[in-house]
Amino acid sequence: MTAGEAPEGSGVGVPGAGWRRADGPPAQDRERRRRGGGRRGGRGEIPMVDEAEFTSYYGRPVIKPPVWKTPDVPLYLFLGGAAGTSAVLGALAEGTRRPALARVAHLTAGGGALASVGFLIHDLGKPSRFLNMLRVLKTTSPLSVGSWILAPFSALTTATAGAHLLGWFPLLRRFTGVGAAVLGGPMTTYTAALLTNTAVPSWHEAHRELPFVFAGSAMAAGGGITMALTPLDEAGPARKVAAMGAAIELAAMHRVEHGHGLVSEPYRTGRAGKLLKAARGCTATGAGLALLAGRSRAAAVGSGALVTTGSVLTRFGIFDAGMASARDPKYTVEPQRARARERDTAGSGKAAVTGAGP
Amino acid sequence: MTTISSASAAFTGEDPGNRLFGPVPDVTGDRGYADDHPARVGFFTDTSVCIGCKACEVACKEWNLLPMDDAEGTVDALGLTGASYDNTGMLGANSWRHVAFVEQSRAVDLPMPTVGLPGAAGGQRPLEDPPVVHPQVPASATTAEQSAPLQTSSGDREIRWLMSSDVCKHCTHAACLDVCPTGSLFRTEFGTVVVQEDICNGCGYCVPACPYGVIDQRQDDGRVFKCTLCYDRLTDGLQPACASACPTESIQFGDLDALQARADERLAALQAKGVEGARLYGRDETDGVGGAGAFFLLLDEPEVYGLPPDPVVTTRDLPAMWKSVGAGAAMVLGLVASAFVGRRR
Repeated sequence: MTAGEAPEGSGVGVPGAGWRRADGPPAQDRERRRRGGGRRGGRGEIPMVDEAEFTSYYGRPVIKPPVWKTPDVPLYLFLGGAAGTSAVLGALAEGTRRPALARVAHLTAGGGALASVGFLIHDLGKPSRFLNMLRVLKTTSPLSVGSWILAPFSALTTATAGAHLLGWFPLLRRFTGVGAAVLGGPMTTYTAALLTNTAVPSWHEAHRELPFVFAGSAMAAGGGITMALTPLDEAGPARKVAAMGAAIELAAMHRVEHGHGLVSEPYRTGRAGKLLKAARGCTATGAGLALLAGRSRAAAVGSGALVTTGSVLTRFGIFDAGMASARDPKYTVEPQRARARERDTAGSGKAAVTGAGP
Repeated sequence: MTTISSASAAFTGEDPGNRLFGPVPDVTGDRGYADDHPARVGFFTDTSVCIGCKACEVACKEWNLLPMDDAEGTVDALGLTGASYDNTGMLGANSWRHVAFVEQSRAVDLPMPTVGLPGAAGGQRPLEDPPVVHPQVPASATTAEQSAPLQTSSGDREIRWLMSSDVCKHCTHAACLDVCPTGSLFRTEFGTVVVQEDICNGCGYCVPACPYGVIDQRQDDGRVFKCTLCYDRLTDGLQPACASACPTESIQFGDLDALQARADERLAALQAKGVEGARLYGRDETDGVGGAGAFFLLLDEPEVYGLPPDPVVTTRDLPAMWKSVGAGAAMVLGLVASAFVGRRR
């Protein structure tokens, strides 16, 4: 509604000189319906951004939604995180003489890393050129930095896991395990920068919190998988890691879901909202069950499965929310329009007239 | 070397040379070209004289051998949007120029011929119909100077068409280039941004990174494509195909400095004529992308044309992102280590 509260017909003098799109009711209805749906989905929460003017070009997205495929990319995010935590767990378990935990953790790390690489390559438009990822190292590209983390990480974890399976080179295995553990930390979080360093509103605006969501989610997954597969007497650290990770995941995700006004909305609505609600349920229940997991293997398996499922669902939910925010132009236009208007009122009136500084 | 200084900017956030954000006087030299590099070139698209003929789209497709596609980017599909004369729909891998059509209407307070008492206010008006643009309707109502707005038969509404040929902005801070992990996207000696198709591995990272939604993946190919500002023609001293084909000089090609000066003059001229709503888009070097190599004169808000009102290059926030990533990674290492402290079990 570009006319604001100016009376119909006064036309001249209001923003845009009273012009509005004349392409008939269908397109305008579409726009209105979608915005209404957003409000309903908000479940009575106060909209952070006013229902101000929102114009789009026939409802088309302003930015291009990511071409990344699902389930490839969400699984790549999940597996990389689970493998990263497991590599750290494995090296520390080896160092503190917990052979069963070390074996499970290293096998998880190796398997997860390989599968993660597999999904990444499968998602490429030209999979045969995957080695071009290592052609340069660019700090402005989280995917470039990430490739340089993922490549040595997957090599080291695969070597460590292979040494476990074959029983070869026990000393060398310690070195590769430690190397993988050092890279394991960044493995859990670089994928967050991969999502946030885009123009996708709901990802970009959450760029301070998403790395912590991913770190917590990775700890929950890595801890959960190893807790479920390790005998009780060695699985203590895995249980603690899973519980801490679940708590961090829930806390950080709460800030993502509520801290960013309009662009937090896609995390609470639609398919992403359902996925993230299910994720919350799984993660919280799993974390609660982890308190009993020291006494019963069944509880450990159940808890591990729940927090791991929660981690998977979180990745799918975050991915979906970003896609939804990219597809609907309101998430791109409204915050930018509000920012520009604020600057225009703060700055000189001239800027508003010429529109300098788009 | 350039790579090292950019590394420190992305990680530390200390960016005196505006490598991530802010104005860059010589973006070409800044990216390592020798001092005798050509001047930065660009497009000035003056939408006030665009007639929506789409010659630019056709010339671009012909010259660059782009496949036919529909408004959703489906290759070899023929489709009508049903929404307007615009069946190209958007910029994408197969459409590097896109003419937007916006039909607008507004209510006008037209003086109706009245028969009243002599001396009454309405009675002073002439009985015959006023000219198409009434004196009370300022010239801003017109689509610049190209045409008078048309009145519908009802007499109290008028319509106008906005037409604008959109193109890759060849940003000073190009997010697509920044995030490309293979180095396939690069800055040319002309200051433009081009994809090297023999390097692109189709990771798709540039697609959501672009704040304008320009670059896209070609579905049956897997690689990404976008406007090259006719890099091949530039190296042979020709101007880009779209600018050559434009019959109204709505698309002007040239050295960016000269285009900016011309655009400022044009804007001043339109404003002097009372054209409300005229504005330059992408001209300001202090904007979120450090100014665009291809900028526009628009007659309405950018979002009306499908352009973002206040785009910001995503890498502006990269130092904060890396900081969070580092803190998160350290937290994982620390907390997992802490889980091994204490009683065994």
